[in-house]
Amino acid sequence: MSAAPSQNVAIRTGRVTRAVIYTLLILAAAYYLLPFYIMLVNSLKPLAEIQQGRMMALPLEWTLDPWRSAWSTAQIGVSPTGLRPYFMNSFLMVVPAVVISTALGALNGYVLTKWRFRGDGYVFGLMLFACFIPFQIAVIPMAAVLGWLGLSGTIAGLVLVHAVYGLGFTTLFFRNFYAAFPTELVRSAMVDGAGFFRIFTRILLPLSTPIIIVTVIWQFTNVWNDFLFGASFSDFDSFPMTVALNNLVNSSTGVKEYNVHFAGAILAALPTLIVYIVSGRYFVRGLMAGAVKG
Amino acid sequence: MAAAPSPTRRPATDHVGWLQDNLPKLVLAPSFAAILVCVYGFILFTLWLSFTNAKLLPTDFDRYVGLANYVALFEHRNWRISLTNLAIFAPLYMILCTIIGLGLAILLDQKIRIEGVLRPIYLYPMALSFIVTGVAWKWFLDPGIGLEAVVRSWGWEAFEFRWIKNNDMAIYTIVIAAVWQSSGFVMAMFLAGLRGIDNEILKAAQIDGASNWHLYTRIIIPLMRPAFLSAFVVLAHLAIKTYDLVIAMTGGGPGRATYIPAIAMYDFTFTRQSMGIGASSAIIMLCMIAAVIVPYLYSELRQGRQQ
Repeated sequence: MSAAPSQNVAIRTGRVTRAVIYTLLILAAAYYLLPFYIMLVNSLKPLAEIQQGRMMALPLEWTLDPWRSAWSTAQIGVSPTGLRPYFMNSFLMVVPAVVISTALGALNGYVLTKWRFRGDGYVFGLMLFACFIPFQIAVIPMAAVLGWLGLSGTIAGLVLVHAVYGLGFTTLFFRNFYAAFPTELVRSAMVDGAGFFRIFTRILLPLSTPIIIVTVIWQFTNVWNDFLFGASFSDFDSFPMTVALNNLVNSSTGVKEYNVHFAGAILAALPTLIVYIVSGRYFVRGLMAGAVKG
Repeated sequence: MAAAPSPTRRPATDHVGWLQDNLPKLVLAPSFAAILVCVYGFILFTLWLSFTNAKLLPTDFDRYVGLANYVALFEHRNWRISLTNLAIFAPLYMILCTIIGLGLAILLDQKIRIEGVLRPIYLYPMALSFIVTGVAWKWFLDPGIGLEAVVRSWGWEAFEFRWIKNNDMAIYTIVIAAVWQSSGFVMAMFLAGLRGIDNEILKAAQIDGASNWHLYTRIIIPLMRPAFLSAFVVLAHLAIKTYDLVIAMTGGGPGRATYIPAIAMYDFTFTRQSMGIGASSAIIMLCMIAAVIVPYLYSELRQGRQQ
């Protein structure tokens, strides 16, 4: 996908039309920003202000208490730990899962494009379908396998699950990227006597930075945001952030502390949001590579 | 596609040589094996489970019951409700995302000076977890504190908006939140499609006197068929898989108003301890997704081979 926009030179628009277009676009921006605005302003005001129907207004009294509560004292399940331990759990889950699936995806893409063999198209097709299966199909047997491996309810178990189900996408990304990589370079290196790993580490890897970034962002976002696997395979000790947040919001008894919920939601969103803001351009390009090129 | 280089310099009897020759396959093997087991093996396992009277893990499944689980599933009120809800949710979600996505992409493609600012704003919801989106919309649509309360506090005392508490309307609140989350992504897909169109064709048409409206309806949109197809496939499979968003927003309620297949599957399996029925519902979900994905992947891969 071209990153440099090549706009439609042919389309001409009048001044009134342009005013309408800008208005529509800015209204759309307001619509997309609204939920985040609501989460942010309401995480900074006392509960009473929300209950008085002032959800859209800026706080009368600014406070960081909801954030403190969401981070370290709110009731999650049975213990008043706040979201902090679960935030850590998510990192402990995400980092190894992303590293493993990205590394394997890179090697797979390399093999599938530069060391082709009979039937490699079918191998790739079978791996590709893994991107789309409803994970409900895997929940029951995976629970059995994790139990059998002694990994039920552990972060290691979640790492394994995410690494495996991430392979389809990571392989897809690297395969599409390496398919465009000149095979002549690989062949001449081979003539010079370079082996399989040497060619990979010396020739392909140094030029793979863009696709590594795309894959890491994609995997980070997917694994961090996962709920189904987290809800199915984790215990109170190993809840990822999404499960803990849902727990905070939907099982709280007594007074509903909306401001704390909003602060917690932003905390859960922050890592992926930061990754997206820092490298959003790559994010979009990666999605296009995966979605449009198939 | 250039033929793969095949390094066969050593005699086959040499073990090191064998290793050298098969190294690529050996590197690929663990990933492929993991996917064979955890995707295809698990599908077969779930399929088998759906023909047994399994109640709970680990090993109480022993009796083959044929299609009894599927019959029970489709006779179950909850499953029928979940299918009805999906039949409302999925088309609306897909159509709205496509209209909004295409509309924004076309507007954004008019040499908009602030495109660099707008595009990330349209896209950031995609980076969020559905649980986060669910929490935000759950409370924003809550009549007690959200939109209704806000408008009333502005002076319109009779204003009413309580879809999320209404049995007939709650499913539409899920549509609202889901469209909010995904439409920006669809916009990006269409924008990529628009930017891929050759300007010369458009210029030629314009010289022939085509209006802007005709440029779009007769030339540009028909040329974007691949983008429509991709958007359809992505949205359809997201719709069928929808789970976390509903859990966070309504938990399937009020009553069973937002109950959908993914929730039904989880309920049968873990809450109601009818694992056989849960497995059969997972198989049905897989069939729905496969009906969308397999023809798409097949045609894409075949195209790739022809190139």
